[in-house]
Amino acid sequence: MSNQSAISLDKVNSSKKRVLKSKRDLGKVTIMLKGFIFPIVILVIWELTGAWGLISPTLLPRPSAILTTFIDLVLTGNLIEHFKISLWRALGGFILGGTLGLLVGVAVGFKKNIEQTVDPTIQMLRTVPTLAVIPLFILWFGFGEVSKILLIAKGAFFPLYVNTFLGIRSVDSKLFDVAKVLEFNRWQLITRLILPSALPNILLGLRLSIGVAWLALVAAELMGSSEGIGYLIMDARQFSQTSIVFVGIIIFAVFGKVSDSIVKVFEKRLLKWQDNFKG
Amino acid sequence: MTLLEINQLNKTFVKGRDVTHVLNNIDLHVKNGEFITIIGPSGCGKSTLLKAMAGLDIEYSGEIKLDGERVTGASIRQGVIFQEPRLFPWLTVERNIAASLPLTNSEVKQNVDKLIKLVRLEGFEKAYPKELSGGMAQRVSIARALLRKPKILLLDEPFGALDAFTRSHMQDALLDIWKEEKTSMVFVTHDIDEAIYLGNKVIIMSARPGTIQNIINIDLPFPRKKSTKSFQEFRQLVLREFEKVEELELIDSAGI
Ligand SMILES: Nc1ncnc2c1ncn2[C@@H]1O[C@H](COP(=O)(O)OP(=O)(O)OP(=O)(O)O)[C@@H](O)[C@H]1O
Ligand SMILES: [Mg+2]
Repeated sequence: MSNQSAISLDKVNSSKKRVLKSKRDLGKVTIMLKGFIFPIVILVIWELTGAWGLISPTLLPRPSAILTTFIDLVLTGNLIEHFKISLWRALGGFILGGTLGLLVGVAVGFKKNIEQTVDPTIQMLRTVPTLAVIPLFILWFGFGEVSKILLIAKGAFFPLYVNTFLGIRSVDSKLFDVAKVLEFNRWQLITRLILPSALPNILLGLRLSIGVAWLALVAAELMGSSEGIGYLIMDARQFSQTSIVFVGIIIFAVFGKVSDSIVKVFEKRLLKWQDNFKG
Repeated sequence: MTLLEINQLNKTFVKGRDVTHVLNNIDLHVKNGEFITIIGPSGCGKSTLLKAMAGLDIEYSGEIKLDGERVTGASIRQGVIFQEPRLFPWLTVERNIAASLPLTNSEVKQNVDKLIKLVRLEGFEKAYPKELSGGMAQRVSIARALLRKPKILLLDEPFGALDAFTRSHMQDALLDIWKEEKTSMVFVTHDIDEAIYLGNKVIIMSARPGTIQNIINIDLPFPRKKSTKSFQEFRQLVLREFEKVEELELIDSAGI
């Protein structure tokens, strides 16, 4: 008898938990939905104004037209090819520039000597706008892939460099004393103290670098190429195919956001020890 | 046998034109297994003295010897417990205790587990520092120092930030550790009761410049009871000495 009541109580409890859990999930979904309300309203208005002929399709094609163009481009296989090329360029440039930025940032952060010899030059180069060096890169490396990848690498280098340097220099000196008392050797000092405490800054640098690499990719592809999403946009502009321009822009936007989210996931995992204000 | 020996230690801080004489002719001997407490008014140089013993600050005149050898830098032979726990925020409790030592080594792991028991933190092995209370965090830092089997443990107001209840519990825990490990202790505090409760000797310092004013031997058996008459007598004695120091300071700052 008592056994039975225990079981039924258990059931009640677990179903209660389930209700609670689904309520919580519902809360999350509502929050997500909130973010969608605004864009959806805009899209609907946009579609309707287009359908009523209030705006010319060469200026602002309707969302449905953009979608059809997108599907067409995917089906012909063109879009995927262009996208692959763009991705390859962005990734290559980002890896090259980002790795260098990280390494130089670490070196400069560790050694006052290196900082004094190298940092002023780097800071000067940092302020040179990417667009201003494009002609030079073209003169030196031509229109080929080399100049594009180097341009992206130049963009990706600085955010990682600056933030890595900053992160290393902001290690708590009180923890340095602890490391001395615990007799950390040089290697342990780097891997157990300096890099972990610089990690939040390094990850921020990573995110900024990816953003800049993406921007530089567009600049590089607009400066002249025969493949890639940027080329697609330029080519479509010449023939006033506005909906293709939109497809290109949207792809840049979506992929920028996706790559940023990937780093954010890493951030959440690696920095779960942080005790910060969460809003 | 003398473990730590300080001879004619003088320390000045120079900042531009300002020269502050912080420690003045300090002589101090700490025997093996001895528990020494240091009290003195704020700013009298207690932390500075402890940092010199730890080898974290070696810019002074005079000498400090540990086991007959001059202290030339920080090492695991002098364990240090700071005023704040100073844990690595990205490491869990057990990793903080192990720090540079690999937990994959079964001997290290065993010792870490033993220390976690000793400081009563079972169940928190995998917690991050942000999830600990002040007292718990300070116990982690004590365990971290003990894992290295230091010859001497230097503690700078380690329980200063704790409430009276936790503090009294931590004092007993420290005494247990002292009995078990027989590590020599130098314990800085500004709490007279704490100084008498823990120490074989209470060292009273005066300020500007920091000088050892008096050394009082506390010949009471452990465990001590704060309510006993003999404890209260020592309390009166230390208090009288301490008041002299305070008076000195008052006269000094009055500019007479
Ligand atoms: N890095 C420094 N540079 C200049 N002066 C310092 C420095 N560190 C400490 N002092 C001075 O040395 C004196 C002693 O400081 P210390 O921190 O040792 O005092 P304390 O006895 O530990 O005080 P408290 O009980 O408040 O912790 C103070 O007058 C302080 O101003
Ligand atoms: Mg102090």
